Amino acid sequence: MKPLLEVRDMTVSYGMIAAVRSVSFEVYSGETVVLLGANGAGKSSILRAVSGLIPGGGTVRFEGEDLAAIPAHERVARGIAHVPEGRHIFGNLSVKENLLLGAWVRRSSLAGDLDRVLALFPRLKERYSQSGGTLSGGEQQMLAVGRALMSRPRLLLLDEPSMGLSPKLVESIFSMLADFHESGMTLLVVEQNAAMALTLASRAYVLEAGEMKLSGTAAELQDNPLVRSAYLGE
Amino acid sequence: MIYFFQQALNAVQLGSVYALIALGYTMVYGVLSMINFAHGDFFMVGAFLCFIGAALWHLAFVPVLLLSMGGVTLLGVATERIAYRPLRNAPKVSAIITSLGVGIFLENFTLGLNPYPKYVPPLLPSLGFNAWGVSVSIFQLSTIGISFGLMFALHLIVNKTKAGLAMRAISADRLIVPLMGVPVDKIIALTFALGSGLGGAAGVMYAMAYPVIDPYIGIIVGWKAFISAVIGGIGNIRGAVLGAYILATVEIMTAAFLPSTYRDLITFSLLLTLLIFRPRGLFGKAEIQKV
Ligand SMILES: Nc1ncnc2c1ncn2[C@@H]1O[C@H](COP(=O)(O)OP(=O)(O)OP(=O)(O)O)[C@@H](O)[C@H]1O
Ligand SMILES: [Mg+2]
Repeated sequence: MKPLLEVRDMTVSYGMIAAVRSVSFEVYSGETVVLLGANGAGKSSILRAVSGLIPGGGTVRFEGEDLAAIPAHERVARGIAHVPEGRHIFGNLSVKENLLLGAWVRRSSLAGDLDRVLALFPRLKERYSQSGGTLSGGEQQMLAVGRALMSRPRLLLLDEPSMGLSPKLVESIFSMLADFHESGMTLLVVEQNAAMALTLASRAYVLEAGEMKLSGTAAELQDNPLVRSAYLGE
Repeated sequence: MIYFFQQALNAVQLGSVYALIALGYTMVYGVLSMINFAHGDFFMVGAFLCFIGAALWHLAFVPVLLLSMGGVTLLGVATERIAYRPLRNAPKVSAIITSLGVGIFLENFTLGLNPYPKYVPPLLPSLGFNAWGVSVSIFQLSTIGISFGLMFALHLIVNKTKAGLAMRAISADRLIVPLMGVPVDKIIALTFALGSGLGGAAGVMYAMAYPVIDPYIGIIVGWKAFISAVIGGIGNIRGAVLGAYILATVEIMTAAFLPSTYRDLITFSLLLTLLIFRPRGLFGKAEIQKV
């Protein structure tokens, strides 16, 4: 079977700093793959290079197509949506406008999609015409996910969706991601919360200082002594 | 009292010209956080296109207006593509210096073609009427009416269309907008097109009011429009319009009731005072509706 996303020898550099060095991995359709790693390991850089926000060396293939010449905004049309680290809600736009912007590449049946996202996040419905900047952190995270869903992605990239949320909200975000997974969506998730992430994932990769250190099924990694001590705090 | 109303009408007319130009400064600042100092010279080119259309080609008012708006739109889009886009991620000061350079280029290019000031023949019949003692000309009414119409159209584009939504998003967080699937380069080009087109229209209105034009008219008028945008809170559309009418009112009223040599002194003192109390301009902080 061919992977939905295939990354080969990816490198990302910021000036002289090599943040990601020759990283390879793949994500198959229907999978939930988790990228683990300490602060500064290069997780966000990988997601940004996949969505095209920053340039990267090596090859990124989506459904077999080489994305090298495809700019970020066209990758969205191909089916890649990226929920960036820190949410990046448009604070001057209303909740509704944030969602509509997420649907930029779509031409039809927006009303149905808006209803679907609002049913998923009833809180957003209450805040529908309020400006994004006035939402709480948790509400902004919901909006960031909802906005990404509006493009009807086939691959959803999530960068630390639980960052800065209360334990209760973290749980509801993860149970929502589990629902997405159940419904057949393909997810590539970066998380600090390794314990939660591994319960969700089919497979996981561990990144250290820009290089791929470990990979395996979620169960394998849960039992790996290195992962247990470094990421599961045991 | 009639004198006051007469001057108020003049202020609305001048304010409309400033507002059309100020919108160009504020919109470009909104999407790129960059001040396009060539914008005053875009306005000047608009006035010269008005001269070409009216004096050389003997066109009527509406075709002249379309010629100026269209020509300056192309100029703005080409300038962005050729001069500013390559510097998009360079330090801000590089883009500012470039825009000053583009302005000087436009002034001298126009000067090369027109070494002497030009006279723009009247485009509208000098008809008018008297309303309670205030004389109102067709020309003043058209300037005000067309400006309001253009500003309303801009308001609709920015607030009711998909492209306008993208502009507002770019003004808040430009780097993340590609993740929405939005072609940012196209939206920025559209912003330049709209801002420049309004500057072209302002060139026509100005040339009709002050029909002797030279290649340097863009400097002082451009500064005043820029200051209008700053008074309103640069990056904010409503602010730019309000700032323009405030500036024009102060200017006209000081000239009307005080020795006219005080005009710029009083205008700029007022500006400085306002900025001391509201450093971000009238709409700069309370409301983050950039672009
Ligand atoms: N814009 C940038 N300019 C320069 N260096 C950067 C930039 N962004 C990231 N880096 C560097 O690249 C390395 C990897 O950063 P990255 O954000 O990808 O890490 P991360 O794994 O997502 O970390 P975190 O868990 O803290 O989010 C870090 O050393 C960081 O300092
Ligand atoms: Mg990160």
